[in-house]
Amino acid sequence: MTLSTETHLPTVDTAKKLGLLPEEFEKIKAILGRTPNFTELSIFSVMWSEHCSYKNSIVWLKTLPKDSPRMLAKAGEENAGLVDIGDGLACSFKIESHNHPSALEPYQGAATGVGGINRDIFTMGARPIAQLNSLRFGNLKLDKTRRLLKGVVKGIGDYGNAFGIPTVGGEVFFDDSFNTNPLVNAFSAGIVKTGQVAKAISYGVGNPVFIVGSATGKDGIHGATFASEDIGEHSVEKLPAVQVGDPFQEKLLLEATLEIIATGHVIGIQDMGAAGIICSTSEMSAKGEHGMEIHLDRVPTRQANMVPFEILLSESQERMLIVVEKGKEAGTKAIFDKWDLNCEQIGTVTDTGRLHFYMHGELVADVPADDLVLGGGAPVYHREYREPAYYKEYQKFDIHTIEDIQNTTQITEAAKYILSHPNIASKKWVYEQYDSMVGIANRSTNAPSDAAIVRVKGTDKSLVITVDCNSRYVQADPEQGCAIAVAEAARNIVCSGGEPVAITNCLNFGNPYVPEVYWQFVGAIKGMKKACEKFSTPVTGGNVSFYNQSSDEGPVFPTPTIGMLGLMEAPENQMTIDFKKEGDIIYLIGQSRNDLASSEYLYSYKGVKASPAPYFDIEEEFAVQALVKELILQKRIESAHDVSDGGLLAALAESAMPRGLGFNINPDKNVRLDAFLFGESQSRVVVSVKPENNDAFLDALDNSKVKFSLLGKVHAADFRIVDEPILTSAGAKELYNNALGKIMEE
Amino acid sequence: MKFGVVVFPGSNCDEDIIYTLQHTLGQEVVKLWHKDTDLQGAECIVLPGGFSYGDYLRSGAIARFSPIMEKVVAHANQGGYVIGICNGFQILTEAGLLPGALLRNNGQKFICRNVYLKPQSTSTLLTKGLDPDKTYKIPIAHAEGRYYADQETVKELHANDQILFKYSSETGIIDEASNPNGSLENIAGISNARKNVFGMMPHPERAAEEALGNTDGRTILEGLVAQITA
Repeated sequence: MTLSTETHLPTVDTAKKLGLLPEEFEKIKAILGRTPNFTELSIFSVMWSEHCSYKNSIVWLKTLPKDSPRMLAKAGEENAGLVDIGDGLACSFKIESHNHPSALEPYQGAATGVGGINRDIFTMGARPIAQLNSLRFGNLKLDKTRRLLKGVVKGIGDYGNAFGIPTVGGEVFFDDSFNTNPLVNAFSAGIVKTGQVAKAISYGVGNPVFIVGSATGKDGIHGATFASEDIGEHSVEKLPAVQVGDPFQEKLLLEATLEIIATGHVIGIQDMGAAGIICSTSEMSAKGEHGMEIHLDRVPTRQANMVPFEILLSESQERMLIVVEKGKEAGTKAIFDKWDLNCEQIGTVTDTGRLHFYMHGELVADVPADDLVLGGGAPVYHREYREPAYYKEYQKFDIHTIEDIQNTTQITEAAKYILSHPNIASKKWVYEQYDSMVGIANRSTNAPSDAAIVRVKGTDKSLVITVDCNSRYVQADPEQGCAIAVAEAARNIVCSGGEPVAITNCLNFGNPYVPEVYWQFVGAIKGMKKACEKFSTPVTGGNVSFYNQSSDEGPVFPTPTIGMLGLMEAPENQMTIDFKKEGDIIYLIGQSRNDLASSEYLYSYKGVKASPAPYFDIEEEFAVQALVKELILQKRIESAHDVSDGGLLAALAESAMPRGLGFNINPDKNVRLDAFLFGESQSRVVVSVKPENNDAFLDALDNSKVKFSLLGKVHAADFRIVDEPILTSAGAKELYNNALGKIMEE
Repeated sequence: MKFGVVVFPGSNCDEDIIYTLQHTLGQEVVKLWHKDTDLQGAECIVLPGGFSYGDYLRSGAIARFSPIMEKVVAHANQGGYVIGICNGFQILTEAGLLPGALLRNNGQKFICRNVYLKPQSTSTLLTKGLDPDKTYKIPIAHAEGRYYADQETVKELHANDQILFKYSSETGIIDEASNPNGSLENIAGISNARKNVFGMMPHPERAAEEALGNTDGRTILEGLVAQITA
């Protein structure tokens, strides 16, 4: 059959409107040997968007470490990374952005982000057991920011809570750079038996292709293209590009998907997220080196009269494409029928390597699968990058221009400011809207730790998970800042009693065609590479989100969010952040430094915006983590909490408040008081030790080269510095717990 | 004791209560699919938490029409034991097996956190074995948990000793500050007049193991098992 001819074939102008470059239009013509029709051009425009093709990032992504003995699926091979956790089990995990939809429609944008990431996990046959998220918003003084935060949190909550997988951790950070363009990154992790992993592949001529789950509607058309451009005034006209989520369908789809995979008759399966049917048909076919013949009129639709490109590109949620063995059609339908879900055979596998799409018997598109996808014919670009002028300016920061804290009154004032700053204060207002306990696996509910700890039922093991990135550090110094993000994630896992295993990343940046933005991206990748190699945590995949900038306010702070997976072999290794008993001795592992760079104190309290990333030495960090691991395994310490945002005082307060305890400490005389209390230099951990274990603790420290210092003792009910009370524990807790809620509920 | 846990489409705490009853409490459990009409000889029916049928209309409003519910209602009417947790409690009020209704939380938001419960009734199987002077730390996770009933009904609840738990502070103070969702009189759970049907918003199955750092829920569920089997 020949392709139906259109009277008006698209021109380069149409291509440009669809987000393609003129040279890309030429390339498409060369691939097809003719001018594409509109449907075909739409296909190329979404498949070659950054969101699907990684065309502006893949060159650098390939430099990241991918290997480890635990790796079962490497970056880019499957819908999500897959690592062996022993006992015949594997963990599939991934983080993904839903920034652009959330900027326009925060509730649905965030909700469908949660839906999408979970489908990536269960499409591999893994049952999700934990979700996390990493959020960035603008200034909370703006009504708009509060509206976005409310909508995003409700969207994540409503979807995740109904879906029934606990949200066990995350981070929320506020800065003016996110005023127009918030970041919404969703993470999910699931468990699968190593022998039952499903693949995103298609092969076997004559095998049936099914679409299952929700009906296809006009929502989210060109969503992937939309996510690949700056947000501007016209963006609101793209509202149909935002999808609508239905967690109930997703829950049914989860159960039905795991049931069909368990039959062993599934050749391949892929969820339909960005770019819908065209993405799953092309990626599965290209991978299996086969083709498909698809009848679009057989796709269950929500609206009448949908045209081919709409059906192909629709990003309607809660759908999957499944290729099963020929002859297993009835069994497949029976499973989806049980769960009251659509299950329609829409085509068959062919040996052509091409995708033939028909509408009512008429061929409407004929494209080679391989040319659409990353690693096949999708374009790959080396983008120009240039160090921005601000970088050198930031480096010029001199701590001597800041007047040090002089007395207790000033300490109290600054401590109150820091503990109630939305970036430091408890995110209780946010996380209490998420079901964090469904699944009865969250070990951190009643035992606070730096990373979330989720047990793997049927084993002694637990996953230890964290998402981390201090966007301000990355802005100040992309390479150092991103290395810190990896190091902090590893530190959080180590302080919780886990061993870092691997990472997934969500790379949120501005427009890659701006050389200064691309410089941030390149720097971040370099820093990530260095740190992932040092901590033996290969990159299993993730997602790139460019164009996070508004037309008038410029790019967001670069935010390469690190989602790190760790493993805790036995429950007795679990470590918590809270001080246990009055009289326990408090130590600082690592070194205090005369460093205020990029701290919340300097940036927000002192209003100094230009400073480099905080002090960080990767070797020192590695040694600190190795020591903390040993102290935990040898049961030398009662608590461990890393010093991060807000500095030492915030860390001490967070350790003291859970049990209503306090502390009495002596500052380090070699370091300025402000830097000692509020500096954010890296590689430090606050630990507490029972008096009777003190000698054993000191013995362990003597055998290590890591610097440490005695801070003081756990005290009852108030925070003291050299015996001078600065805050009561109850007062601090009141500030810390309610600061965000007060802003949001006023 | 044989428990039957009903699985509605959208139930998501079914596996948790099954795990707790089987592994932690050593009880026999069967799953009852919503399309089935056979209780498989289960003596105590559990309606688990979740979002049955998506709960897009009103929590529990559709679940009560499912085929299995007809049998559950008949079982209850014959004096058989039924317990509903969270969404299960909502379904029981929608099905008319328990009086009153569960409305949207007064803060309009979903709330997930530990709360404290003070046992009230001394005559129901669920609370008989509990210390009325103690508080029990149990998590809640719901958006529609504000218990409401008309004055007449509340009077009857008191007169018949049907109130299972009230939300309280850690030290047992029952007041507005310790009421997480605006429930009438801080009511967190009730039974029917015959005392064979129980509903509670908090999730005891989420606090039933050392691994979760809280076993107060286990105490409550063990009490139920002990009383029923006694």
